[in-house]
Amino acid sequence: MEKDSILLITHGHFEKEFLDRTAILVAREFRLPITIKENHSDLSEFYDPTRRQYDGHKLLQDIDARYSSSSMIRVGLFRVDLFIPILTFIFGQAAFNGSTGVASLYRLRNEQYGIKKNEALLLERFSKVIIHEIGHAMGLIHCHIPGCVMQPSTYVEDIDQKNHEFCPNCRHKIDLF
Amino acid sequence: MTTDISILIVDDEESVRNSLHDWFMEDGYQVACAENAKEALSILESKNYDIILADIKMPGMDGMEMHRRIRSLNKDSIVIIMTAFASVSTAVQALKDGAYDYITKPFDPDDLSHLIRNAANQISLKAENEALRNRVVSLEDVEDLIGNSEAMKRVLKEVERVTQSSSPVIITGESGTGKELIARAIHSNSPRKFFPMVSVHCGALSESLLESELFGHEKGAFTGAMYNRKGRFEMADGGSIFLDEIATISSKMQIELLRVLETKTFMRVGGNKEISSDFRVICATNRDLKQMVQIGTFREDLFYRLNVVNITIPPLRERIEDIPLLVDYFINKYCKSMSREVISVDQAVLKRLAEYDFPGNVRELENMIERAIVVGNYKEIRLKDLPFERDLVSSSVESLSDLEKRHIIQILEKYNWNISRSAKALKVDRVTLYNKIKKYDLAPAK
Repeated sequence: MEKDSILLITHGHFEKEFLDRTAILVAREFRLPITIKENHSDLSEFYDPTRRQYDGHKLLQDIDARYSSSSMIRVGLFRVDLFIPILTFIFGQAAFNGSTGVASLYRLRNEQYGIKKNEALLLERFSKVIIHEIGHAMGLIHCHIPGCVMQPSTYVEDIDQKNHEFCPNCRHKIDLF
Repeated sequence: MTTDISILIVDDEESVRNSLHDWFMEDGYQVACAENAKEALSILESKNYDIILADIKMPGMDGMEMHRRIRSLNKDSIVIIMTAFASVSTAVQALKDGAYDYITKPFDPDDLSHLIRNAANQISLKAENEALRNRVVSLEDVEDLIGNSEAMKRVLKEVERVTQSSSPVIITGESGTGKELIARAIHSNSPRKFFPMVSVHCGALSESLLESELFGHEKGAFTGAMYNRKGRFEMADGGSIFLDEIATISSKMQIELLRVLETKTFMRVGGNKEISSDFRVICATNRDLKQMVQIGTFREDLFYRLNVVNITIPPLRERIEDIPLLVDYFINKYCKSMSREVISVDQAVLKRLAEYDFPGNVRELENMIERAIVVGNYKEIRLKDLPFERDLVSSSVESLSDLEKRHIIQILEKYNWNISRSAKALKVDRVTLYNKIKKYDLAPAK
């Protein structure tokens, strides 16, 4: 494993082609090599039966503990619905100014909202969420410049409004990282 | 985008504190946490937070009690109450106690985002409002009453003395001495300063126009009254009304004005509803109202009603020591407004200005300086940039009688065709002046 790399850790089954294309989009933005690792461990300890969701905060801590020495930044990729205690759901989460993040496909799917399946759109959304969370891990805060990937998104449509790219300000900060 | 907004999270659950902390950090807010009300109050003693997100159910002191204590500390913070138990009665109580809003855990990310953004907007608006208010006050202060002379100091002392009351004020002084500036100074230093000062130039309006201007009118009150319109007395509610050239109003308007001053109520032209307004009246005139009362052209009762405080502004020729200060002030003002470097002034100019009698007072000096800056050489104001130098040159081609005629007209107009005062100013006797008037066929302008 390279220290100057981004590690994507999958939890659950992801299509290889989908993962490869996600990795390309993320790598292009950070100009860093991407490594993909599969994790088949049981997630039941992170499941909250009352909320019927998985605790994103605990998952973040778990990934941080397991993979801390293997890469510069690592992001857990999930198919399940994530939450943090205070919010009803999250698309993703990162340790601000840390090195770990999580991102979930669950609420990015069109089918979740009764709309026709769209794999290309799902790939777009997922890669944007991952790039956004890595941005937070690198110390970027939300940006309000239209189109910047660091724009906050509380609805899935908000994700569609932004690009994969950082605005020049955020780009500059990433380059200094 | 980082923000100056600070947020204090008060919750006994660590996971809630951490989640919110991370969430707000990602938005660029300055965030601190407290695990109970006691800790939060002790943090608030040493530092202010713009927004406080407080859990309602906490061991020891609950969020509602903490909120009441924050209020008693006189903190301006916006308090948002959060709880896991949605209860209408608690929500109502929180809002009654002055909480900004109430939110139920777990939050929808968008609701939380909106709530904080709205609270942050309110904080920014409040700060902006405060800044604008301060700016308005400083702007009023900048409408400077320049003068270091004893005469001006006396005027300023008078102004200071009358600011705190609501009594009517009459400001007298020759044209161009700055009567409206004094009125503004009185208004902007009074408790009425955050309400409007409405000015009416009585001399510029006919009787019927002035009536409609002062009292407003109802739709259809007269031809052309297509809409209801508020009058100046109504607009000045809470503030001051400045009636310039009060001596020019007709006898009918004098009666109307007296009634309004006595009752502070009036009806719009064409209306039948009494309107009341709380205003302070400040009048100005360049005429001798007392003399007008004596000759019967101004009502005595109105005069006494208005003349509670009288401030007389000295003409500029009686405070020539203020001229250099005024010149500096106007140079700065106009150079700034024309985006030019501040220019200097030739000593000969100051000497010449001190000799001049300024019939148009400070206004005339201001116009002279503005003109000199426009036509001058961008470095200093020279004698030849002043308009009266040109007048002297041009007058040299006039005949002696033309010059005499022009001067007599000037003096007569200055003293409103008062023969005794004009003769005294011209240093001739009244008979001589009458003869000159006849010789040059002079008559007051209609």
